[in-house]
Amino acid sequence: MPPGRSNPRNLLGIESIPRADLEHLLDRGRHYKALPRNTKLNTLAGRLVVNLFFEPSTRTRTSFEIAAKRLGADAIGIHSQTTSLSKGESLVDTLNTLSAMNPDAIVMRHSASGAPHFLARFLSTPMINAGDGRHEHPTQALLDALTILEVKGSLDGLRVAIIGDISHSRVARSNIHLLAKFGAHIAACGPATTVPRNLPELAPGVSLTYDMREAVRDADVIMMLRVQLERQNVEVFPKNEYFRYYGLTLEHVALARPDAIVLHPGPINRGREISSEVADSQRSMILSQVENGVAIRMAVLEWVCSTGEDE
Amino acid sequence: MSLLIKGGRVIDPASGVDARLDVLTKDGKIAAMDRRLEAPGTRTVDASGLVVAPGFVDIHVHLREPGIEHAETIESGTRAAAAGGFTAVCCMPNTIPVNDSAQVTGFIVDRAQRTGSVRVHPIGAISKGSGGKRLADIGAMRAAGAVAISDDGLPVMDSGLMRRAMKYAASFGLTVIDHCEDLNLSAGGDIHEGVQSMRLGLGGIPGCSEDVMVARDLILAADTGARVHIAHISTAASIEMVRQAKRLGLPVTAEVTPHHFALTDEHLPGYDSNYKMRPPLRANADIEAAIAGLLDGTIDCIATDHAPHTGHTKMQEFERCPFGVTGLETALALALKVLYHTGRTSLGKLVSLFTDSASRCLGLPHGRIRRGGPADLTLFSTERGWSYDVSRTLSKSRNSPFDGWEFRGGPVATIVGGEIVWTAEAGIRAV
Repeated sequence: MPPGRSNPRNLLGIESIPRADLEHLLDRGRHYKALPRNTKLNTLAGRLVVNLFFEPSTRTRTSFEIAAKRLGADAIGIHSQTTSLSKGESLVDTLNTLSAMNPDAIVMRHSASGAPHFLARFLSTPMINAGDGRHEHPTQALLDALTILEVKGSLDGLRVAIIGDISHSRVARSNIHLLAKFGAHIAACGPATTVPRNLPELAPGVSLTYDMREAVRDADVIMMLRVQLERQNVEVFPKNEYFRYYGLTLEHVALARPDAIVLHPGPINRGREISSEVADSQRSMILSQVENGVAIRMAVLEWVCSTGEDE
Repeated sequence: MSLLIKGGRVIDPASGVDARLDVLTKDGKIAAMDRRLEAPGTRTVDASGLVVAPGFVDIHVHLREPGIEHAETIESGTRAAAAGGFTAVCCMPNTIPVNDSAQVTGFIVDRAQRTGSVRVHPIGAISKGSGGKRLADIGAMRAAGAVAISDDGLPVMDSGLMRRAMKYAASFGLTVIDHCEDLNLSAGGDIHEGVQSMRLGLGGIPGCSEDVMVARDLILAADTGARVHIAHISTAASIEMVRQAKRLGLPVTAEVTPHHFALTDEHLPGYDSNYKMRPPLRANADIEAAIAGLLDGTIDCIATDHAPHTGHTKMQEFERCPFGVTGLETALALALKVLYHTGRTSLGKLVSLFTDSASRCLGLPHGRIRRGGPADLTLFSTERGWSYDVSRTLSKSRNSPFDGWEFRGGPVATIVGGEIVWTAEAGIRAV
């Protein structure tokens, strides 16, 4: 298989993207959010965006589809429910199919870490990672950042608590990379079996605790992770007592700063990682996260489809 | 048929020889070795500027025959071995069927005699089908030519079975080779558990998954008196345990692969499955321990764990790709690079790691140049520059992490039983 003909613009992860590019994406996200909802754009008119989803997804998939359509692109979806453990079309076959379609951008969700990176090595089409295994979910981190910025104005010096199963979470990884690039202090917290001891080596400004009260104390942002039992090979914590130690309640929110906000990538498990009272409270930004998702994905699609020469 | 190898620096650590000598072979055996030999009419090999060593022995390879011939055969694997300077290899039993009987052992011996470029010694399975339940036909395999037993990549988790295997093997004088990995501790792992596995979102294989099994095996070796050989040792803690065990006089030996002393997990370029193997590439402290272990004798030899896999099995999601990399053709060059050209070790010590010291781990009759003994010789250069082009490999598979590497020194000619089975000039590389 020939390597990619040129160096397309990819969004495979936050880790490899310079801060200036992230700032540009956040600016463009704000721009698209400010537009009236029924504005029909022709930014990507005539372009083909393939949404390649190898893992069940409702929120991220529809968000990308809406984003592509609002930009005037043709969006088609290829949804395969195969997981990495079941038999399905191999990635190499997918690669050949995609080459034949010659799309302008590929949005890819896959249960295996590095699957979009593998395809990107051989394709000259811009690739957007919509979540790969437990590696990264870059557009989630961007929409979370946009949500925080709308309330806080800046990420610099903010105290952000990230609570849950860090090691299995692509949302956590992408957020840690992004927040660290913008100078936030990150307190990672979860069951000891899911928070790697060497996590502080991942990015600057990361600290660890297994005590949730310590993590949320004086926090500006509390970022909850979804408990994903399906992503664990073995039981890494006793699930019946998870909420008791790592579930977010109003008492925890009271320990945080008075203007602290609560984020969750959704879909939420009420009573598993977050209490209904918190999820439905004024502090919860869960619905604006969904709204910001479309705006950020418009910005990302526009960015990968541009050559970069006109900026 | 005779060969006169003239003007080389003969290094034979087992005999304490390091001198400029000529070597004459006759009828496949060493006929004479002296300062200046003349043998008119004999085919002469000019070895000036080269090292003439006993034939190299690799006690850990996978030749994939029978059953997985699309990845490697005894013919192709032994050609790659010859190109790496090896005159004898020991092949692991994870073929299809598993080498757990005299029939399969006999098949391998027979195929090797008919198609092999170098000597092949089969390693028999410990358990039937390497299933970890019942002992394989250990005595019968030995009678058919097996030189050791191992379940290699399907390691024996049942300590009771391992203890019985050690006792039984010891009574036949066979070494038990163990791939030390607690499968419960390594479950779901793809690369070394560390910062890299966390960054890449890949499952981690913790160092302790090796250490607990090394500890178990050392305890069982003390209990049974069996000779135990630790395959591809990869962690600092395991190496330290072997060091202590040797101090206590336990009959334990260990090998390390070139990739484990040349690379760490930080070398892993993204999700490239040519860097995926078990045990995985470890951390800096581990390769420092591996090098120290080679220098002080804790680790007895270098073995490649040559594990060919076809392209399509390595062209998948990283977590689905099989474990293993090829290594026969790059082993000597990597040893020269990491151990010799850095000034860490003498050439004599380096040769020993590939020859007599490797042979001793399994009690093989190789690794020494002696009059009347088989004329198995490896000629190599410490200086000639070359680069490894995996597309020209003699193996049927190309899963090497060393494609494109520039080397200083490597094999030049390989002689088995007095016959030149490979030379660099006619072989895969221009030196």
